[in-house]
Amino acid sequence: MDIFLQQIINGLVLGSIYALVALGYTMVYGILGLINFAHGDIVMVGAMVALAVFQLLAAAGLPVPITLLVALAASMTICIALGVSIERVAYRPLRRAPRLAPLITAIGVSILIQYSAALIWGKQYIALPPLFKTTQLHLGGAHLTDLQAAIFLLACTVMATLYWFVTRTRLGAAMRATEQNPDIAGLMGININLIIALTFVIGSGLAAVAGLMVVLYYGIGHYYMGFILGLKAFTAAVLGGIGNVTGAMLGGLLLGVIESLASGYIGDLTGGVFGSNYRDVFAFLVLVLVLIFRPSGLMGQPSAERA
Amino acid sequence: MPGLRNTSFTVRIVVYAAIAALLLVLPFVVEPLLGRTWVRIIDVALLFVMLALGLNIVVGFAGLLDLGYVAFFAVGAYVYALLASPHFGIHWPFFLVLPLGAAVACFFGVLLGAPTLRLRGDYLAIVTLGFGEIIRIFLNNLNRPVNITNGPLGITLIDPIRFGDVSLSQHHVLGDLTFAPVHSYYYVFLACALLSIAISLRLEDSRIGRAWIAIREDEVAAKAMGIHTRNVKLLAFAMGASFGGISGGLFAAFQGFVSPESFALLDSIMILCMVVLGGMGHVPGVVLGAILLTALPEALRYVGPLQQSWFGEVLIDPSDLRMLLFGLALVLMMLFRPAGLWPSRVRKREFAE
Repeated sequence: MDIFLQQIINGLVLGSIYALVALGYTMVYGILGLINFAHGDIVMVGAMVALAVFQLLAAAGLPVPITLLVALAASMTICIALGVSIERVAYRPLRRAPRLAPLITAIGVSILIQYSAALIWGKQYIALPPLFKTTQLHLGGAHLTDLQAAIFLLACTVMATLYWFVTRTRLGAAMRATEQNPDIAGLMGININLIIALTFVIGSGLAAVAGLMVVLYYGIGHYYMGFILGLKAFTAAVLGGIGNVTGAMLGGLLLGVIESLASGYIGDLTGGVFGSNYRDVFAFLVLVLVLIFRPSGLMGQPSAERA
Repeated sequence: MPGLRNTSFTVRIVVYAAIAALLLVLPFVVEPLLGRTWVRIIDVALLFVMLALGLNIVVGFAGLLDLGYVAFFAVGAYVYALLASPHFGIHWPFFLVLPLGAAVACFFGVLLGAPTLRLRGDYLAIVTLGFGEIIRIFLNNLNRPVNITNGPLGITLIDPIRFGDVSLSQHHVLGDLTFAPVHSYYYVFLACALLSIAISLRLEDSRIGRAWIAIREDEVAAKAMGIHTRNVKLLAFAMGASFGGISGGLFAAFQGFVSPESFALLDSIMILCMVVLGGMGHVPGVVLGAILLTALPEALRYVGPLQQSWFGEVLIDPSDLRMLLFGLALVLMMLFRPAGLWPSRVRKREFAE
């Protein structure tokens, strides 16, 4: 029972990070109908920038909250600049092209970002310098560190704000209108280019937050780390119903929990035949199962044909 | 050869004879000029021609985006490696193992295709990508509790291709020519690649090929016209996977070694790019794409020494530079020439619209 609770806690924390990344996928997919393969790599850039800031400031002896804020500001600035320029240079000219073209472009951009990062930061794992000590809180028989709690709460706050923005503000309404039908939305006086750029701003900003969280949580960064994270976040977006903001949040949390539980119990369930080294398989299994049985996802409207 | 369509029969015969002669002597022309490495690169290029043609059936003809194609290559290679190496002490003959590898790959193709056929485009891309990763994770981890794949270490000492008593891993002397293994494999791979080209060309014009193209263009309309879309799509997956399985088997025999590392996602993307950069759905374009994308990165190896002589040090690792240029090429290509280098006439028209 303790393991169960522990895995749920770990899963929720991990899932909140997935959810932040999944939002970036789902918003871009909702508006452009494009799987932005480069999104995971934007998360990686956010993580690497944060690491670079930490390494610069670790010796300066600044208070921890200031260091964190500087790192967050730096990675958000760079990620947003990156996301918006990608949209402008690579995706905008292809908006009317056959669907395969932007997908291949996105793969190309992803490879470009990865290997540029390899050039800048090298190919080795980069470790987080010791910033602060985490303290453990006890919840029944399970542990929760204050870092975990902070990640989870911050992610929830960010998501709540985004939900409010999308459902209650004029810009949010414009985003939803563009998602429904870009052409008609344009006729109604919405500046489509601005809205799409805004989508990339929000998505990349969330990616930066997620990148910072990953670095703090795992303590390392690597030029290739965005890829598998991106895939899982995409799975989360599909699980929740792609194009649906609430769905992405729910899907992220759910996927995190499923993955934690599965990798926690697989050893016992299979008598040790399969170990937790199979953990990356679960996301894909979930993906395949969702697509077979409920292609529109948990929160989505049925639209299998377009998918 | 579109340019030759209106020329006389004699001219065509002469041109084809010249191409055939060139292909026959190619390794012995290349070796003195560029060295034996390049003969090997040509061998690999031929393997990739087969792979790209297989993927072209799925993506180019039927319009089903497959991002995990290398999984079938892996399946073919591992079937060969497991059944013809000291790993299990099984040494079945090549003529038995190769078709078996194709059959197993084909089975996996259907296994993947069946549940995902309702999906189209991007979703299918992601599922196939996931499938490819799952296969790789299993290859990496199936070394315990029972050692099946030998894990990340891979399987070594795989049997070479043997025709009766003639093993392709030995040198053979024929008159004045010495056939090293790379030369012998060249002719086997050339035969297989030409066969793949012939099959692809025939398929394209066949009833099935036309059904695939109809589905690619408009699935609903194709269904309304009486095409059994499910079976026809499954057939595309099965045939594409079989091509992959055969190339995998040949690859295993050629290298004598397989490990999960050779079957990463990047390889799937590389093969997809061969298809797309060359000209999706157009057989000559795909062949061109496969040859270009195998040869160009190899040529970039010379960039390392070049940097050394220009700047006094190697500023950018050639393999990283290769990937950077590859990513850049993908983006630029899609922006400026999305139909590919050598598109078929139909696709050219579509992109012009």
